[in-house]
Amino acid sequence: MSDRIVEIKEIGMTYEGGCEALRGLSLDIPRSQLTSLIGPSGCGKTTLLKIMAGLIRPTKGEILVDGKRVEGPGPKRALVFQDFALLPWATTLRNVAFGLELRKVPRRERERIARAYIDQVGLSGFEKSYPHELSGGMQQRVGLARALAVDAAILLMDEPFASVDEQTRRQFQDDLISLLQGERKTVVFVTHSIEEAVYVSDRIVLLSPRPGNVMQILDTDLARDQGAEAIRRSKAYLDYVDQLWNVLKNYLQ
Amino acid sequence: MVIKGREIPRALALLVWVVVWELLGQANVIAILPPFSKVLMTIPAIIRLSTFRVDVLMTLKAFGVGLGLAICIGVPLGFAMGRIRRVDEMLSMWVNIFISAPLTALVPVIMVLFGIGENTIVVTIILFSIWVIMLDTQTGVKNTKKSLLEMARSFGANRVELYCKVIVWAALPEILTGLRMAILQGVRGVIVGQILIAVFGLGQYFLYYSQNFLMERFFALLLFVLAFAWGSAELVGIFERRIEHFAKGR
Repeated sequence: MSDRIVEIKEIGMTYEGGCEALRGLSLDIPRSQLTSLIGPSGCGKTTLLKIMAGLIRPTKGEILVDGKRVEGPGPKRALVFQDFALLPWATTLRNVAFGLELRKVPRRERERIARAYIDQVGLSGFEKSYPHELSGGMQQRVGLARALAVDAAILLMDEPFASVDEQTRRQFQDDLISLLQGERKTVVFVTHSIEEAVYVSDRIVLLSPRPGNVMQILDTDLARDQGAEAIRRSKAYLDYVDQLWNVLKNYLQ
Repeated sequence: MVIKGREIPRALALLVWVVVWELLGQANVIAILPPFSKVLMTIPAIIRLSTFRVDVLMTLKAFGVGLGLAICIGVPLGFAMGRIRRVDEMLSMWVNIFISAPLTALVPVIMVLFGIGENTIVVTIILFSIWVIMLDTQTGVKNTKKSLLEMARSFGANRVELYCKVIVWAALPEILTGLRMAILQGVRGVIVGQILIAVFGLGQYFLYYSQNFLMERFFALLLFVLAFAWGSAELVGIFERRIEHFAKGR
């Protein structure tokens, strides 16, 4: 799996007002894998993700997606937001179809696609519900379905499970893994939870505190077929968690 | 309001005040306050006046045109203030001054500029109602969640779509609140303008009745105008409440 879909080259980001979030960061994202960005808070994880999404222009360096320079948002990348970012005035159906609506897909077609993804994320029967009628976990399923519906090659997820409770979170992690199986999608997943990173990722990228840079890259290999409980108790899983924790805890003092 | 564990409907509060008014009027405590019942019975007499319908229509027309213009100018300006910092810096000071300024004092100036006629009334209504529209629209636009804008952009929304599909809707609750306040301000504006010009419209009746101590007619007209103001504001209020669920969910 040496094929890289995203190349991040010497990215530097200094916000207006002088806050330097990233400095000279280079990183390749492998195709069809789930890569987690993890690091202490304020290390520029989300900034890096938004630069990949084309929402923020870096002050230095460039990002290539499939060899093409990123100049703004593009159809190959879809975002999942920490606060879900659902339109409060729109039903589940319209929210899930919203990405397609902006891409000028005719109504009947986009609603057909949206219904399929609503079904996939387990929200059948809630097509007519509004976001405020759904729980946090369900709202994020809507956000996930919306990102899947545009059929982007790359899913960029910004702490997607940070705003839901722990049970929902675990359920979600499993659902995400099974949803992605066979989809051949590339996922970049920002999280601050070591356990979450180890559990869902193929590759974990540790970022250093501000100005953020790549501190360590860890390729994980967990036997996924043994079930959630067994994975969380397996030696490999616990070793990875320990390894990451040993690096990260140096930054807590 | 709850009394002894029982829910008392809001309309009852109004009834209490009407009873107080009636009693004060009957007791003749204040010379210029006739009993409510007499005022109420005077309303048909006013409506039957031959000139009344013409004046009501004239007033309504000025009100509609003035409020319409205030919306057409105020909402886009509010959007500009919410989105463009330069515009905000240039305008917000004036909006804050005018929203609390004694605007009545400006009406004679408007009269000099626009003459004694309907134009002056229309401008007065705009002057009274536009600021709250601008301010509330600006607030609504500014409060649009950043992640919603990022979401729309990330899925490829262009500038027009960003406004039409996201910002307008996100700001709608505040815009409607502004509109409701603007209606009340506009009614103030139309009456103040007409009283000061004192040639046509309902304003001249107010002036005539108060100068000739026709207090029953004066209060009857006042009730009539208040009912109109309250009714139209309530109409907007219905829409406001219909979208309340998403205003809270933002």
